[in-house]
Amino acid sequence: MPSLKSSEAPAPTGRPQWPVEARPAVRATTRLRRRINDNLTAYGLLAAALVVFALFSWYPIVRGILLSFQEVNFVDPPKWVGFDNFERLFADPLFATAWLNTLEFTAVALLLGFAVPFVTAVLLNELRHAKAFFRVAVYLPVMLPPVVVAMLWKWIYNPGPGLANATLGAVGLPGGAWLDSSSTAMVSLVIVSTWANMGSTTLIYLAALQTIPGELYESAELDGAGLFKRLWHVTIPQTKFVLMVLLLLQIVATMQVFTEPYVMTGGGPEDSTVTVLLLLYRYAFTYNDFGSASAMSLLLLIALAIFSGAYLRLTRTRSED
Amino acid sequence: MRTLVSPTQLRSGRGKAVYWTVFAVVMLLFLLAFVFPLYWAITGAMKAPAELVRTPPTMFPQQWHPEVWGESWERLNLLTYFGNTVFVALGAWLIQLAVDVPAAYALSKLRPVLGNKILALMLATLMVPASALLVPTYVTITDLPVLGVNLINSPAAIWFPAAANAFNIYLLKRFFDQIPGELLEAAVLDGAGQIRILWRIVLPISKPILAVVSILAIVAAWKDFIWPLLVFPDPGKQTLSVALQRMEIDMPLNILLAGLVLASIPMVLLFLFFQRHILAGLTAGSVKG
Repeated sequence: MPSLKSSEAPAPTGRPQWPVEARPAVRATTRLRRRINDNLTAYGLLAAALVVFALFSWYPIVRGILLSFQEVNFVDPPKWVGFDNFERLFADPLFATAWLNTLEFTAVALLLGFAVPFVTAVLLNELRHAKAFFRVAVYLPVMLPPVVVAMLWKWIYNPGPGLANATLGAVGLPGGAWLDSSSTAMVSLVIVSTWANMGSTTLIYLAALQTIPGELYESAELDGAGLFKRLWHVTIPQTKFVLMVLLLLQIVATMQVFTEPYVMTGGGPEDSTVTVLLLLYRYAFTYNDFGSASAMSLLLLIALAIFSGAYLRLTRTRSED
Repeated sequence: MRTLVSPTQLRSGRGKAVYWTVFAVVMLLFLLAFVFPLYWAITGAMKAPAELVRTPPTMFPQQWHPEVWGESWERLNLLTYFGNTVFVALGAWLIQLAVDVPAAYALSKLRPVLGNKILALMLATLMVPASALLVPTYVTITDLPVLGVNLINSPAAIWFPAAANAFNIYLLKRFFDQIPGELLEAAVLDGAGQIRILWRIVLPISKPILAVVSILAIVAAWKDFIWPLLVFPDPGKQTLSVALQRMEIDMPLNILLAGLVLASIPMVLLFLFFQRHILAGLTAGSVKG
């Protein structure tokens, strides 16, 4: 009974309401007119977004692929060069270094950035005091501009008057060379990035932990499961989805690391912190070789598409449930 | 609420002792890791340059130099860079709302022909990591197709690319999808146009999601570094992050540290005021509880 439906809505004022079903011909034309009208309005509302997406998203994606196979100097028309840009990259010894460094950064960032926030979240979930303080404190660095964070830590890492060695010295540990040594520079950058970003992951884990039904822990306990068994068989399986999602997001984010090496080390010492993005930046804005820089972007895109695709699939299927 | 540790265990004498030990350790670590660096930066800025290079460093400034804040403001020309950053961030925010809200509404409620295709094309851009688009987008804004405009050194170079944000469209559309159709039907029968419905009915009930999108937009604009670094070669146009990094080599450390602290204050205040919205927005996108 569709005519009942309109009576559920508040009655329009000052206009007679007739059963729509009674006049099928009128209904068909008004419906068509309304459909056309809605389409015109819709495209009017969409226009700005279509222009912006076309100019700053869709077109650059296509342009990036084309540029990878071109030589450009912004004076002459672009020249097709086949795979020359890629060959130039592969011939550059720094190219392999940059990928290895980036993988090292990602691997260590996952070890630290995955475990530390999860353990922190599990601990915070058990604490019943000063909850608000813990949340604010852990999230505060996330609000700081990354450049500010990088410059602050550069000073903290200073082997002489820096806070890092002073703190180690206070508890009787030997200081480190931090950013000044090629063997510790990358790990030092990971520590900064973990410090700056763990607030969001910790709080997302915390939110997930709070959705675990208490009965699960109770019944596990009745079955005689100790603390670590409960952690392993209840907490981790119950937060598996969030753990997976954040794992993928972190891989995609850390593979694009730029600000920390750019501000803190400039890629040194001895190229130990040259990352893919830092090298890409150099190709474009130091060597003015936009073709090779685009080729590098394309390779990065392909490498990360696997992870971002998996992420989108995972979240999409979940939200359809 | 029942969590990992059982309440009965917690109530026992030994349980209580363990709880307070863990609490104290976590508290100490948090103070050391997240609060102490802030103290260190603020007091560091107020130390004399000679004191700052001393090894080991001093815990408290031997001589306080509160005048560093004003001096830093002047010497780093912070008024200009704060102005630039606020202009960039507010513009990015307003343009994102003006572009993405109507688009998401149209895709959600008006369902035009090809609407699903457009949405799919927009969401597909989420697969493309932002940094893979840096070079082609840079090349594009130096000479916009059709218009032939060069956006280098213009805030528009930040604003419009920021509006091409599929994540905003996704968040907004998902919210609009949950608004019951009958509510809008009633307004249509009342003779209200779609624009009016969007403005008068949809926007007022969408405040939570608008707050989330707004905060994400402003924070992202304030924190961004690499894109403003590329599009603002003119020092007078730069944002705080870009300018502070550029001035690092020619400024004394205490002046620079004061600048870093000052540049962070707006975001810290924003966080303290909108804490609830920010923490709610954190879980809005990727993870549903």
